[in-house]
Amino acid sequence: MYPASFEYVAVDSAEEAIDSLAEHGDREVTLLAGGHSLLPMMKSGLASPEVVVDLGGVDALSGIERGDDATRINAMTEYAAVADDEGLWSDNPVVPEAAAAIGDVQVRNVGTVGGNVAHSDPAADLPAAMLAADATIHALGPDGEREIPAADFFQAMFTTALADGELLTAIDVPHLGSDDAAAYVKKASPSSGYALVGVAVVLETDGEEIADARVAANGAFDHAMALEPVEEELVGGSLDDESLPERAAGRATDDVESYLVLDDEQASSEYRAHLLEVYAERALETAIDRVGDGSNADG
Amino acid sequence: MASEPNAESVFGSSVERREDVGLLTGDAEFTDDKLQDAAHVAILRSQFAHATIEEIDVSAAEERDGVLAVYTGADVEESGVPNDIPTAWMLPGLVTPQYRIMATDKVRHTGDALAAVVAEDRYAAYDALDDVDVTYDRLEAVTRPDEAVESDVTVHEEAPDNVAFDFELGDADAVDEAFEAADHVASVDLEQPRIIPNAVEPRAAAASYDPSSDELTVWMTSQNPHLHRVLMSTATLGHPEHKLRIVAPEVGGGFGSKIYHYPDEAITAWCAKQLGGSVKWQATRTQSYATDCHGRDHVTEAELALDSDGTIRGLRVETHAGLGAHLSQFATATPSYLYATILSSEYAIPAIHCRVIGAFTNTTPVDAYRGAGRAEGIYVTERIVDVAARELDLDPVEVRRTNLIPPEEFPYETAVALVYDSGEYEEAMDRALELIDYEGVRERQEKLREGGRYLGVGVANFVESAGLSPSKAAGELGAQAGGWEAGVVRFHPSGTVSVAVGTADQGQGHRTTLAQVAAAELGVPVDDVEVVEGDTDEVPQGMGTYGSRSGPVGGGAVAQSGRKVVEKARSIAAHKLEASEDDVEFDDGTFHVVGAPDRSISIQELAYAAYLGHDIPDEMEPGLEATSYYDPENFTFPFGTHAAVVEVDPDTGEVEFHRYVAVDDCGEQINPMIVEGQVHGGIAQGIGAALSEAANYDDNGTLVSGSMNEYALPRSDSLPEYETDSTVTPSPHNPIGVKGVGESATIGATPAVVNAVVDALEPFGVDHLDMPLTDETVWTAIDGGER
Amino acid sequence: MTTDTHEITLTVNGTTRELRVEPRTLLIHALRDELGYTGPKVGCETTLCGACTVHVDGKPVKSCTMLAVQADGADVTTVEGLGEADELHPLQTAFQEEHGLQCGYCTPGMLLTALSLLEDEPDPTRAEIREALEGNLCRCTGYQNIVDAVETAAARMNAAEGAD
Repeated sequence: MYPASFEYVAVDSAEEAIDSLAEHGDREVTLLAGGHSLLPMMKSGLASPEVVVDLGGVDALSGIERGDDATRINAMTEYAAVADDEGLWSDNPVVPEAAAAIGDVQVRNVGTVGGNVAHSDPAADLPAAMLAADATIHALGPDGEREIPAADFFQAMFTTALADGELLTAIDVPHLGSDDAAAYVKKASPSSGYALVGVAVVLETDGEEIADARVAANGAFDHAMALEPVEEELVGGSLDDESLPERAAGRATDDVESYLVLDDEQASSEYRAHLLEVYAERALETAIDRVGDGSNADG
Repeated sequence: MASEPNAESVFGSSVERREDVGLLTGDAEFTDDKLQDAAHVAILRSQFAHATIEEIDVSAAEERDGVLAVYTGADVEESGVPNDIPTAWMLPGLVTPQYRIMATDKVRHTGDALAAVVAEDRYAAYDALDDVDVTYDRLEAVTRPDEAVESDVTVHEEAPDNVAFDFELGDADAVDEAFEAADHVASVDLEQPRIIPNAVEPRAAAASYDPSSDELTVWMTSQNPHLHRVLMSTATLGHPEHKLRIVAPEVGGGFGSKIYHYPDEAITAWCAKQLGGSVKWQATRTQSYATDCHGRDHVTEAELALDSDGTIRGLRVETHAGLGAHLSQFATATPSYLYATILSSEYAIPAIHCRVIGAFTNTTPVDAYRGAGRAEGIYVTERIVDVAARELDLDPVEVRRTNLIPPEEFPYETAVALVYDSGEYEEAMDRALELIDYEGVRERQEKLREGGRYLGVGVANFVESAGLSPSKAAGELGAQAGGWEAGVVRFHPSGTVSVAVGTADQGQGHRTTLAQVAAAELGVPVDDVEVVEGDTDEVPQGMGTYGSRSGPVGGGAVAQSGRKVVEKARSIAAHKLEASEDDVEFDDGTFHVVGAPDRSISIQELAYAAYLGHDIPDEMEPGLEATSYYDPENFTFPFGTHAAVVEVDPDTGEVEFHRYVAVDDCGEQINPMIVEGQVHGGIAQGIGAALSEAANYDDNGTLVSGSMNEYALPRSDSLPEYETDSTVTPSPHNPIGVKGVGESATIGATPAVVNAVVDALEPFGVDHLDMPLTDETVWTAIDGGER
Repeated sequence: MTTDTHEITLTVNGTTRELRVEPRTLLIHALRDELGYTGPKVGCETTLCGACTVHVDGKPVKSCTMLAVQADGADVTTVEGLGEADELHPLQTAFQEEHGLQCGYCTPGMLLTALSLLEDEPDPTRAEIREALEGNLCRCTGYQNIVDAVETAAARMNAAEGAD
């Protein structure tokens, strides 16, 4: 309940944050965004950083900027702002739908997109959505800026492609075409609200044909992962093929050794693997239903 | 000046709660809102479930900034206090090891206290806990009661086989004969997992000691301040009872968990005495999970003998009940007398035998949780009736109907030592069946099954023995406390009234309902009555709030005192009206002479006369007040029927509610709004137990469902809308006809929901599932059935 | 390790207060222990019970999962700022009328979450109310009367709005 003492550094800019991380690099230093991953860990004693660098005062890291081809979500944007963003719902609903599925309203008002994605909690909702959206993650470090495709970003439980001393500054979410569709569905833990399984889908269509598909899951594995066999089954398939969602979803664990599926007090690996198929099917059905319904039409 | 009388009777009306405004504005004070400037206590808990203690080094902790003192169990021993938390119910052969407020040489579960830090603020106190260095020698742990009695692990030396008691009730020979004679025997093995009570307010204590007067005041989260006082005085601290004041301010839920005397308030008060000042402590939620007494923890084998028409001949039950690492106050009574005695449920069962083996384990102590004992017993009976009905291809409702105790049989003596006071069981059951459209649901179920949808309907009847009493009978059975309640009714000279009563509210609204009881007895406006509870300085004595007793027993005490006051006032009225007492009638607050309605005087006017003492009968003392120790002649027996309609999603195992109907009969209702509120909350907790709640330990004795992250509590979006109704069968022996309602719905809801889910799973060949019926449990059962 | 303290400013229920806190001090403890606003409660440490819910800059947050220094400069509303005993907010009145509280420990947080819902959605459905309150645990009421209370308050606030 009571975090251990730490040195507190408030910064005004991303550059200052990078400098601060470097300056305290010889100590256990961590960035504070919304704090909804960090503070619970500090309260339970799982984390006791010596230095906390608070990004709360960095106005430039906050807000949603709509571009022509993509929408930029700056790192310190709260989940609620994403969940309520009409432009994102129109341009790529997988991300706001996942943001809306996080926790409860109080959590969504404080937790941040950057903090969530950079934490790579296996049961968080946004990572799968970022994979399905084919988002691009912007990082700033001592050597300057770089871009990391979401597909390369999530590496393991609580481990990402971010290097020590690097800061996630923004995420670009590409816009879908008018014939494309997306969905995020989730089976929440009845206790914690985190995802036992969450599946994100983006379908790009050409007429009745599925031209491209990105399907990713969180909750099931030690980090969010693309479900490549599902994607393979979908691409080239027809929207009119009523058996396609079930057939494709049935391949959700084809590439996965069973021991890789999480097994804990919340759910066994057998159940999670099964849920993964069920929720993949539901996500696919939802997305297919949305094709052409205008909910994600550009403009 | 008294306000105007109410037009309609205040007893039985949904008066808004006087508690609410303070709670809604944040003005109301809970324990942790008290003593804002006090030092803070943090308590170190054992890291292991079972270990001997080699050494505890507190020197580094003592050195830290802000730390005022660090104490261990050795310091407590050296202070010479009695230091032994007792159990409050003795059973034959019961083993009662010492339960120290801080462990000295051995720890027996992960909640055992090892050291206490007092520091200037909360953060500093918890910081210092990290610097207390404990050297443990780990021992193997045992966590399940059925395994404990076979285990090489010994929790207490005094009980080498871990058996605290071996209890029997009922006629075993009669049961054997019944089983031989019956057409059919159904059996079921079932477990009732541990429940963590989860009052939203964590337990807390704030203590203030004045060395010059030796007066010790403890504000604490208590369901029974007087019991806490007598236990702290005689059993743990040895502080003189007359110099010890226990106050339960606002208490944020209890559900049983705040009945008991825990080490923590004793440690807090002891620290205040050591330091000669004020200290406070509040459990973190993690500590609450590890130390608040858990509920249930039963492993049971049950058999039911019946004829092929569904007539029940006999019931045989054997249960291993987990008691945890120490005997809490009602730990022994709950799985014995509160459990075995209720196994008859609403049915005329000629022969019942129950054996209960109470076992020590390396787990959090187990004690009464809402429904205590009765919930576990009713669950066994209502579950096995469904199992048997399916085996006999009978409708479970019809099996119930066949065996209901008919109204003309009351008072009805069961085969397990209770005499039920009154009941109209079939009326309540039929009302519930009608509300839920039982026949219609069965038809829908059949149709939906054809389309691959799985609807289930579950019905459960229940009886509850409420208001643990009477004192003499309880004493003969081993109780170390009485079953009475104290109530004072005192008129003030101006005509307003103060009531003091020994029950203690944790959200039930006693200050409202007991004011209604007094107002109705005295015929005064309810706003002219104030109720005081929860303070040993303000209330003469009391037994507290648990076992659905505050309405029937607390209310009985208030009513009895009210009647004594009315009788004294009648004498004064007769004197003043110059009439014989027999000719003076009392109606709605006014005495008048029979046949001469204009010769009248109100009781509120008489109060002034009583305190003036100028014009009262000779030989009469002035004043107008009365104290009663109401000791009921029997339990009261609320009852009812709950019914649930659920649908199971075969893809995920999810259980969705279609309907939830509850028909409760708690006798007369003092305040129907509050009765309904109690039913709602009870249903929610009963559903939680059925579907999601369980405290699980790993083999090392670590509580793996150790926080709200793992322990699934019902939430606003996971519960159904409840449809409630009631019947009213007054208790014939209770002064105000009430039976109590605090626990009923918890008792009824759990078997109704489990019966519904198992009914839905019939096509998959599932005849029983152990709680909690999580999505995965249900899915696994379906998956197994399909294979 | 450092025991440095930071000076922060919080405007609580319209009153600006300056205080010194350790960086690690949680907002709930700053409010309760330092400033004496004991309306918000501590019920868990896992950001799940919602008893500590207050509004920060107009939005409900769990004050046990925010450092006081993070709230520096913010407007904070606790239940003490919702309504007085003699002038209750319509939500408070409705909670009393509908028996939407028993022990009352969760109630301050529940009210502030409900208030935010009605600010965003003046006419919510019962399902929307239940979803909005998913982050506030109540162990006493079974929630149904709380949902009733929010519905009642919404209707009354809308009627008052219409009358203006």
